[in-house]
Amino acid sequence: MKIALFATCLADTLFPDVAKATVRVLERLGHEVVFPQAQTCCGQMHVNTGYQRDALPLVRRYVETFEPHDVIVAPSGSCVGSIRHQHATVARNFGDEDLARRAELVAERTYELSELLVGVLGVDDVGAYFPHRVTYHPTCHSLRMLRVGDNPLRLLRNVRGIDLVELPEADQCCGFGGTFAVKNADTSTAMLTDKMRNVLATRAEVCTAGDASCLMHIDGGLSRLRTGVRTLHLAEILASTAEATP
Amino acid sequence: MMPDGSAAPPTAPPGVGHLRGDRSFPAAAREALGDSQLRRNIGNATGTIRAKRAAVVAEVADWEELREAGRALKADTMARLPELLVQLEANVTAAGGTVHWARDANDANAIVTDIVRATGSDEVVKVKSMATQEIGLNEALADAGIAAIETDLAELIVQLGDDAPSHILVPAIHRNRAEIRDIFLRGMADVDPELTDEPRRLAMAARAHLRAKFLTARVGVSGANFAVADTGTLSVVESEGNGRMCLTLPDTLVTVMGIEKIVPTWRDLEVFLQLLPRSSTGERMNPYTSMWTGVHPGDGPQDVHLVLLDNGRTAALADEIGRQALHCIRCSACLNVCPVYERTGGHAYGSVYPGPIGAILSPQLTGIEDNASLPFASSLCGACYDACPVKINIPEVLVHLRARHVEERRRLRSVPGPEAVAMAAAAWVMAEPTRYAAAQRAARAGRLLARGTPRRIRALPPPLSAWTAARNAPAPPTETFREWWARTRGDGEARS
Repeated sequence: MKIALFATCLADTLFPDVAKATVRVLERLGHEVVFPQAQTCCGQMHVNTGYQRDALPLVRRYVETFEPHDVIVAPSGSCVGSIRHQHATVARNFGDEDLARRAELVAERTYELSELLVGVLGVDDVGAYFPHRVTYHPTCHSLRMLRVGDNPLRLLRNVRGIDLVELPEADQCCGFGGTFAVKNADTSTAMLTDKMRNVLATRAEVCTAGDASCLMHIDGGLSRLRTGVRTLHLAEILASTAEATP
Repeated sequence: MMPDGSAAPPTAPPGVGHLRGDRSFPAAAREALGDSQLRRNIGNATGTIRAKRAAVVAEVADWEELREAGRALKADTMARLPELLVQLEANVTAAGGTVHWARDANDANAIVTDIVRATGSDEVVKVKSMATQEIGLNEALADAGIAAIETDLAELIVQLGDDAPSHILVPAIHRNRAEIRDIFLRGMADVDPELTDEPRRLAMAARAHLRAKFLTARVGVSGANFAVADTGTLSVVESEGNGRMCLTLPDTLVTVMGIEKIVPTWRDLEVFLQLLPRSSTGERMNPYTSMWTGVHPGDGPQDVHLVLLDNGRTAALADEIGRQALHCIRCSACLNVCPVYERTGGHAYGSVYPGPIGAILSPQLTGIEDNASLPFASSLCGACYDACPVKINIPEVLVHLRARHVEERRRLRSVPGPEAVAMAAAAWVMAEPTRYAAAQRAARAGRLLARGTPRRIRALPPPLSAWTAARNAPAPPTETFREWWARTRGDGEARS
């Protein structure tokens, strides 16, 4: 299958290994990955901070860039959530019904990585090897906006050598929330503290999730406190092999 | 102005009632977060209620269908609110009650004060009610020399402690039993000085204190959980029985109700009386459900009043997305699952309506600019939407109100603020891949700020210093994904 990658602006700019790992997993499964270079950002930060007027050209860019593609994947529950649940609304709010309809059609073909692997491609064993103790944090938007369910856990359970441990209070938000982390920094940090307490209680070496943004937040705390616990995106664990582990 | 050229409906007036805080949410939250006793009390209480709710909701096989029925009934009610209100008025009046229309808090307070004055009484007993807290009725009555006595245990704790409610259902959730004992010892004239913090003894002390008030009060004041348009019936749902006392013993009963509390038919109560107790207290059924229709000669209050309160509700109704906030049945399930509320408590919201529902309701009642920080007091985690028994899409309304705030700012300010400038710049950059790639290269300079292994940035300038105060930031990589792709794969479009 030919799959277009939406890398997301965050992974493209700050976490390229996440996008590279996404490519590697899909290619290992025999799929062709393309990277439409006109892509930039889904505009979620603008929409969620109230700047829908500024988000409108970003929605248009996403739609025009990915319209020619049949299947689109992004290594982020949050960005896919925005594409699926916000893009058409933003277009409609500014009276662009044509863009709204097109956005809906592109959104139907846009999948979060675990949705694509398990739901569309029917794969729950990607042939990965990762001999470490890992705990999985289900990010809020993958859990409650996309309803990815246990897709990520099914994929992780089939990774060779992994010691997968359950995260207590897993469905609690890590406190990131985009600009919330800055506008309400104290509350955000209080939420992060409890998330870190639960991560540390598992004695995992690695905390994984399907969103680089939430992981950036969790890592921000774990590294500041010098806990030694690493964060890795789900794609990085799924791309890991005996020859190359992150 | 509204689209049809008429004036926009009025919002709740300032200077009366409790819908506005005296500072922004982040400032109030900062103080609350520093109170470790408060965080422990609220964490324990919300955790307990969350578990109870989850257990009783799981028992109901058609819970999702019930939620959808609740949502649909509320949407229908809002779509024809004016005709339903007129029908309610006609049926209450026909049953011997008197209906009053209050445009806002000042109107409602004046109406209730006049009714109490006409009875000659200088004391009223109150059933727990959000509407009367919203309008500051107790203060208005006090100004007229009338004492309002709260008879719900938690409201009594708040009143005796000269405190403010911090939760819709459990107003004293921020207090533990040791604190409650101290409040009773200080505030109850007739209390046993040997009172302990044993829950049973605390409840008995409140019972003894209140019993005298129930038996002497000539006026009762309540809110309403529901008003049935086609019968003129009002209903209060409660757990302690204090409500039943207030609703039946006095000669005069005054009910203050937000206009959105109406349900079209008697049968619709079937849905809400299943949804409400399981969502609020985590009980299969609430202990006391009182219903009354006008006046019954020789039985209960003989002088029955209903005050229909707007106070910004029509303004909320005018917003097609925002009006969902009026569907709320005040169960508090969203507060109990909210990670923000759990850590800050209710006072940080500055309004009698705290938590996720408060963050979308208060700004609509007051006008967004009077509560501009509230729609941003959420990480948009979505736990509230999942818990809501009438499926209010709270994250959707939060995002919508944020946009309304930004548009309002844009309209009022001739010079855009720093955030607006940054957002516009980011959008300009991201709208074109060439500009975007150039910005990515520029961001690489951030590597110079990074230290250690793994490389992290420990300090950034404002406003990002709010991030790095407690959290590291990632160092930009030596190569973006886009550059890696171009280097290793060439032009992606050529392959597509």
